Order: sequence, then C-alpha cells, then structure tokens
Amino acid sequence: MSYELIGMVVLWTFLFGYVIVASVDFGAGFFNAYSLITGKQHVLTKVIQRYLSPVWEVTNVFLVFFFVGIIGFFPSTAYYYGSILLIPVSISIILLAIRGSYYAFETYGNKGHRGYAFMYGATGLILPASLSVVLTISEGGFVDMTDNGPFLDYWALFSSPLTWSIVVLSVSAVLYISAVFLTWYANRAGDFKATKLLRRYALIWALPTIVTAGGIVYELRSHNPEHFESLMNLWWMFAISLVFFLFSVWFIWKKKNYGMAFLLLIGQFAFAFYAYGISKYPYLLYPHLTVYDGVTNDAMAISLIVAFVAGLLLLIPSLYLLMRLFLFDDKYVSGKK
Amino acid sequence: MLLFEDPVFSSRMLTLLTLTFHVIFATLGVGLPLMIMIAQWVGIKKNDLHYIMMARRWARGFVVLVAVGVVTGTAIGLQLALLWPNFMELAGHVIALPLFMEVFAFFFEAIFLGIYLYTWDRFENQRKHLLLLVPVAVGATMSAFFITTVNGFMNAPAGFNIVDGQMTGVSPIEAMFNVATPTKVAHVISTAFMTAAFVLAAIAAYRLIRGSNHVYHKKALHMTMKLGLIFAVATAIIGDFSGKYLAEHQPEKLAAAEWHFETEEEAPLILWGILDDDQEVRYGIEIPYALSILAHNDPTAEVIGLNEYPEEEHPPMFVHYLFDIMITIGMWMIALSLAYWFAMRRGWNFVKKNWFRWLIVLGGPLSMLAIQAGWWMTEFGRQPWILRGVMTVQEAATQSNYVGHMFFLFAGLYLILGIGVAVVLRKVFKNHPVEKELAEQGGDQS
Ligand code: HDD
Ligand code: HEM
Ligand code: HEM
Repeated sequence: MSYELIGMVVLWTFLFGYVIVASVDFGAGFFNAYSLITGKQHVLTKVIQRYLSPVWEVTNVFLVFFFVGIIGFFPSTAYYYGSILLIPVSISIILLAIRGSYYAFETYGNKGHRGYAFMYGATGLILPASLSVVLTISEGGFVDMTDNGPFLDYWALFSSPLTWSIVVLSVSAVLYISAVFLTWYANRAGDFKATKLLRRYALIWALPTIVTAGGIVYELRSHNPEHFESLMNLWWMFAISLVFFLFSVWFIWKKKNYGMAFLLLIGQFAFAFYAYGISKYPYLLYPHLTVYDGVTNDAMAISLIVAFVAGLLLLIPSLYLLMRLFLFDDKYVSGKK
Repeated sequence: MLLFEDPVFSSRMLTLLTLTFHVIFATLGVGLPLMIMIAQWVGIKKNDLHYIMMARRWARGFVVLVAVGVVTGTAIGLQLALLWPNFMELAGHVIALPLFMEVFAFFFEAIFLGIYLYTWDRFENQRKHLLLLVPVAVGATMSAFFITTVNGFMNAPAGFNIVDGQMTGVSPIEAMFNVATPTKVAHVISTAFMTAAFVLAAIAAYRLIRGSNHVYHKKALHMTMKLGLIFAVATAIIGDFSGKYLAEHQPEKLAAAEWHFETEEEAPLILWGILDDDQEVRYGIEIPYALSILAHNDPTAEVIGLNEYPEEEHPPMFVHYLFDIMITIGMWMIALSLAYWFAMRRGWNFVKKNWFRWLIVLGGPLSMLAIQAGWWMTEFGRQPWILRGVMTVQEAATQSNYVGHMFFLFAGLYLILGIGVAVVLRKVFKNHPVEKELAEQGGDQS
C-alpha cells in the first residue's frame, strides 16, 4: 500500500471512531436538556453521568488525533483548510469548550446551573452542524483560489441546499446513534424507565436519518457529478448499510437485542462512511487538492506509521481496561460501584 | 484598531492569548500528577492517612484543571493551523512526528486518569491504585516533552534542507532532537514541577493563615516546600544551561534579553534598568562578569552583542524585563524555600508567622508569572522569525480578515472558563472540608 493510502485509511478510521463516540456524547447532551424541559431529567442524567463523564476526554482525543494526523500525513491540508476554516472551526472550538467544561464543572464540581445544562444540550446540536460544514466544503465549489491563497465563499456555502441537507443529516444521525446506544446502556443498567424513553427517541430519529442520507446522494448528483459517479459504483456498500439499518430498527421495535441493534448500527454507519470515503478518494478538497499533491515526504510518512503502530500497541490494552471497568462491568453500569 | 486591520498582528495576539491561558493549566497538568503520586506514596509508606487525603484532594482539583487544559489545548492545536497555515504546512513536513506522538501521550494520560479517579475504593491494595497514576504522570510529562521539541525546532530548525525552494533530506528524528531540545525540555519540565509544588504550598499556607491549625495543612506545606526547593534549584541550574545554549545557538536572543549590544569580553549581567536612545542602560543592577559566566562558564569569555545582527532581525527590547522577571522570581523562590527549610530544621519560629506564610502564598502566583514571563521572553525573543532563519512570522500568517473578531470571541471564552474554574474549585473544596473528609475516612489520627 502507498503511504497516502495507509494515511487515509488510518485517519478515516479515527474520524469514524470520533463520529460514533462523539454522536453518543452530543445526542446525550441534547436528550438531557430536553428532559429537563419535560421534567424527566432524573431518568437520563444518571445514565449520562455514569457513562459519559469518565470518557469525555478520550472522545476529545479522537478529534485531536484526526486533525494532528491529517496535518502530519498531508501537510498541504494545513495550508488549504487552515486558511479558509478560521470562522467555522473557531466556532466549533468554542462549542467544544463549553461541552468539555460542562463535564468538568458539573460532575467534579457541583450540581450546577440549569442554563448551563441547556447550553450543553444546544451545543450537542450545533456542533455536528458546524463540524459537518467541513465535509460540505470538501465537496468543492465553495473555495476560490486567489493570489493571496484560498478563500471561502460564504454566500455560496450557505445558499447551497447541499450544505443544509448535510447539516440536517448530521443532526439526525447524532440523535439516532445516541438514542440507540443509550437505549442499550440504560437497558443494561436495568433502568427500564430510561430504556423506554430512549427507545422511543431511537425510533423517532431513524426515519429522518435515512431519508436525508438519501437526499444528499441525490443532491451530489448535480453538485459534484464526478463524486456522484464514483458513489454509484459503490452502490452495494450502501445496500449493505441499508440492510443493517433495517435490522437494527427491527430489533429496537421488537424491544430485544439492543446490543445487537447497536452493533448493527455501527455496521450501518461504517459501510456508509467508508463508501463515502472510498468514493471521494483521492480528493481532499475538490478539485484543488488530492492526496498525491498533499502527501508528506517518505521519511515522515514512515516515522508516522511506526509511531502509530507503537502507539496502538500501548493504547489498545489501556482502552480495553477502560471499557472493562466502565462499559462492560455490570456492577459499575448499574450504579453499584 | 490594529487588531482588526492587520491579520499578522491579530494572529500573534490570538496565539499569545491562547497559549498564555493554556500554559497555566498545562503547567499544572504536568506538575500535579507527580505531586499527587509522591503524596500517595508517602501516605502508603508511612501509613499516614493525611498524605493519602492530600493525594485525593489534589487529584480532585487536578481533574478540573486538566479539563480546561484539554479544552484550551484543543483550541491551540487547531489555531496553529488556522492562524499559521503556511508555517504548519512546512512544519507538517518536518516536525509532525512529535505532534503526532503527543496525541498518544494525551490518550494514554486521559485513559488512566479516568480510571484512577473512578477507582479510589475499588482496589483492596492501595499500591495498585497508586500504580494507575504512573501512566498519568508519564503521559503528562511526555506531552510536555513532545510539544517542547516542536518549540525547540522553531528556535533551532534541523532535520531538513531547502534546495531551490524544495525541501529535501527530511529527518524527523533529527528535527525532534534539535540542539534546543535538551535544555528546553529539561527547563520546561522542572519549572512545571516547581510551580506545581509552590502552588500547592501556597494553598496550604493560606489555610494555615485562615486559622486552620490542622496538621494536615502543616504536613502539606512542609512536603511541598521541600519539593519546591529541590525543583527550584534544578530550575536554576538548568536555566544556566539554557543560557549557554542561547549564547551558542541563538546569541541574538540572549543579547536582546540582556541589552548587550557590543560584542565584548568580561560581559556583566544587567538586571532591570532603563534603556535610553543611545543603547545605554541606566539605573540597572550590574553584576560584573556574570553574563560571560552565564553564557560560557568563563568570566573572561566573549559574548556576542546584538549589533552584529541587522536591525530588522532584532527582537523587541522589552524581552529584557521578561527575562528579569523570570530570573528574579527564580532566585527569590530558592531563597524563600531555603529559608523555610533551614528554619524548620533549626526550629526558628519566624516561618510560622503570618507574614512569612503570606510570602509563601505569594510564591504560587509568582511561580506561574515566571513561567509566563519565560515563555513570552523566548517567544518574543524569536522575532521576527517563526522558524528561525527560515520563515518569518509575516510569511507564515493567515490572510483572513476576521482574526481580530476571533480574538475577542476567544477572550470571552477564556474569561468564562477562568471564572468557572475558580468558582468550581472553590466549591469542590468548600463542600468537602478536610476535617470532615478525614473523619469519614476512618477517624482523624491527630
Ligand atoms: C517557574 C518558572 C521559571 C523560573 C523560576 C526560571 N525559568 Fe527560565 N524559563 C521558564 C521558566 C522559568 C520557561 C517558561 O519554562 C521557559 C520559557 C521557554 C522555555 O524553554 O522555558 C524559560 C526559558 C529560559 C531561557 C531561554 C531558553 C531558550 O530560549 O531556549 C533561559 C536562558 C532561562 N529560562 C534561564 C533561566 C535562569 C538562568 C533562571 C534562574 C533562576 C530561570 N530561567 C528561572
Ligand atoms: C510548553 C507548553 C505546553 C505544555 C507543557 C503542554 C501540556 C499540556 C497538557 C499537560 C495538557 C493536558 C492533556 C491531558 O491532561 O490530557 C495539554 C493539552 C493539550 N495541548 Fe498542550 N501543552 C503546551 C503547549 C501546547 C501547544 C503549543 C499546543 C499546540 C500544538 C498544545 C496542544 C494541546 C492539545 C491539542 C491538548 C488537548 C489534548 C486532549 O484533547 O487531550 N499544547 N497540553
Ligand atoms: C505554552 C507556553 C507558550 C507561551 C505562553 C507562548 C507564548 C507565545 C507568544 C507570547 C507569542 C507571540 C510572539 C510575538 O507575537 O512576538 C507566541 C507565538 C507563537 N508560538 Fe508560542 N508560546 C508557548 C509555547 C509554544 C509552543 C510549545 C509552540 C510550538 C508548538 C509555540 C508556537 C508558537 C507559534 C507558532 C507562534 C506564532 C509565531 C510567532 O509569533 O513567533 N508556542 N507564543
């Protein structure tokens, strides 16, 4: 495999990891805030604090890994994206800061302000929207190359239907992923009230997710025909994704195998996410930047790969320990520890 | 306003703002795990609940600080690419390796910190729980190590050649272990330990002033002052090596920090003072031969002056004051902790007086100020270069017109975070007074 391919596979995998873990986290924040309004707060808050508090820093590192990694493997992305993303990414940073501090302040500190919980919930919806704009931009058509470097055309970006459908997809996917995960977690914790509530949320958000996903493929056809073309060549991956989706909704509907339902959901998103990634290869930014132009020198590529493998050898056992203690330890999950 | 007109200037100010804020938490994030570890270890060894309780309480404060460190660190990591896209593109080719490895250090630290915090009462054997802290401390120290090598690279670029505008012969390892790395890393880490110790000492001293006469605070004060002394001495020694590094490899920075204009032998060290238009220093404290000693360990050695360099490569002259602040505080803290230690051994009573304790309280913020002054000195002292001799700050910056707006946005964020941290930390410790917590943990031994 060439270095650019290895780099892309690794980075895409971490991005996928972030999408799943962060979705659970973002969605949970929203449901928590929502339940504050509807007075069902006690049902959810406990689940959220037991599952999310110990791991939020790990979630954040996934994101850091992705952006540090992409600059390492493809330094030109720093030049292209760094120049144009000042505003959207700065906003994302601030939203992330609010979330991170929420955990720290609420859980280690004290029961806090309701307003803070609402802010925290709201960021759960705005963040996926603001982060997903980066994906939209990468589809091309919004960036002008000038003598002074790349410039982002905000008007074109915000008046494009593609932008908005990706925003809607990201939000509903976040809520769907999160609801399915929390249904399973609450069920394991033996908290049947929470399970019931979350199961309902999962079913509600299933349909919008799949509909907007379809809509985006349709819009790409006019926005970026080249990408659409290669997307269609991978139709079978999307088909598998759809089948996974149907099965996981079926399980949730039937109130059984929540764990399986969540695994199927991961499969569903994995197939769609990788199909999207493969179809986009080798472009990092249509049509200005490909992985071939952007890739780093051989010496750096090799040392990054070596560092990566060494890092994984260190991390996998530690992550295993973390999961065993907090995710799969039934006594911890149900609050007896 | 210049902030809205000049993207280069506003990028510098935003970098300054974020790093200054981040480094408060980063420094404590590097220093505190070691302190917690030592306390818990002493506690287990002596079978003394007080030290265990110190570890427990410090750890509680530590998480809050780490959380803000993570948040602001994520901000600076992204901002480097947003504000200095040209620099990061070049840097990505040569120095991406330590940045990448730093992420693994974070991962490692975050995972074990999560486990450590939530497992205080899950282990029969306390030693096992203590072991969980080792990866936290190692991870934190490694992240300081990695990021500092990147900063070293900016000061002493290595590991690549530029031939006809093309980069060739890249060696990430050489870039990482550039000539600035050894002294820089050692100094940054020892100052982090020193600062953490003095900040904890300040808290203990404050509780004692406030009338708590509990032995817990006395033990805490005693331990942290001793640790502080050790690391303060280490800091000064390593700082001396840093001076030698500068004299050898970045003489213009040392010359600017010392207002040393003409190359000469037997150079004196000048502290404070005022610079007039003819490059004459007035009202300064002059220590004969000291600059030659700092630079080359030899009172007669020649020290290169700033006038050897073209005007446009001179760093701003105010770095002199930043350097003085750092050195003065460094010396002061050694004197203070030495006095404490000596007096405690001799049983002299003045160290138990409130005025002395107030000095200790002041020592915490002062150490933090020294860290800031040190960083500002090195960072401003590198001007006009972002990558010394290769790329200027001007060339590296973004062209975006909105950096000024972002500056105010982030200033607001840091203000809120700063207040939030203060409020939460106060609450955490107010709601769990030491006396109560000790009683809960199986009776107070004192
Ligand atoms: C508690 C903080 C603190 C204290 C007491 C000192 N320093 Fe320091 N110093 C730092 C905190 C610091 C720092 C923040 O860690 C810096 C900034 C960049 C770096 O590498 O370390 C630094 C940089 C720095 C440099 C520049 C290194 C470079 O640019 O590569 C020199 C020459 C010294 N120091 C020398 C000293 C001396 C002779 C001290 C005598 C006591 C001293 N420092 C005390
Ligand atoms: C000498 C200066 C610095 C020191 C000692 C330092 C150290 C630290 C420490 C201890 C943390 C907390 C990590 C944790 O506990 O998990 C942290 C977070 C972070 N720092 Fe810094 N840092 C410094 C400067 C920088 C700079 C210049 C950058 C930008 C490249 C940076 C990037 C980050 C990032 C991205 C995080 C968040 C990591 C996470 O998500 O866990 N740091 N830093
Ligand atoms: C954490 C402690 C640090 C502090 C307080 C700090 C402080 C500063 C200051 C004051 C400036 C502005 C200089 C000027 O405008 O003249 C600056 C610039 C900068 N620093 Fe640092 N710095 C720190 C560490 C680092 C590290 C570890 C790195 C490398 C990864 C770094 C990278 C940069 C960059 C890229 C700039 C912009 C270019 C420039 O102005 O020279 N800084 N920093």
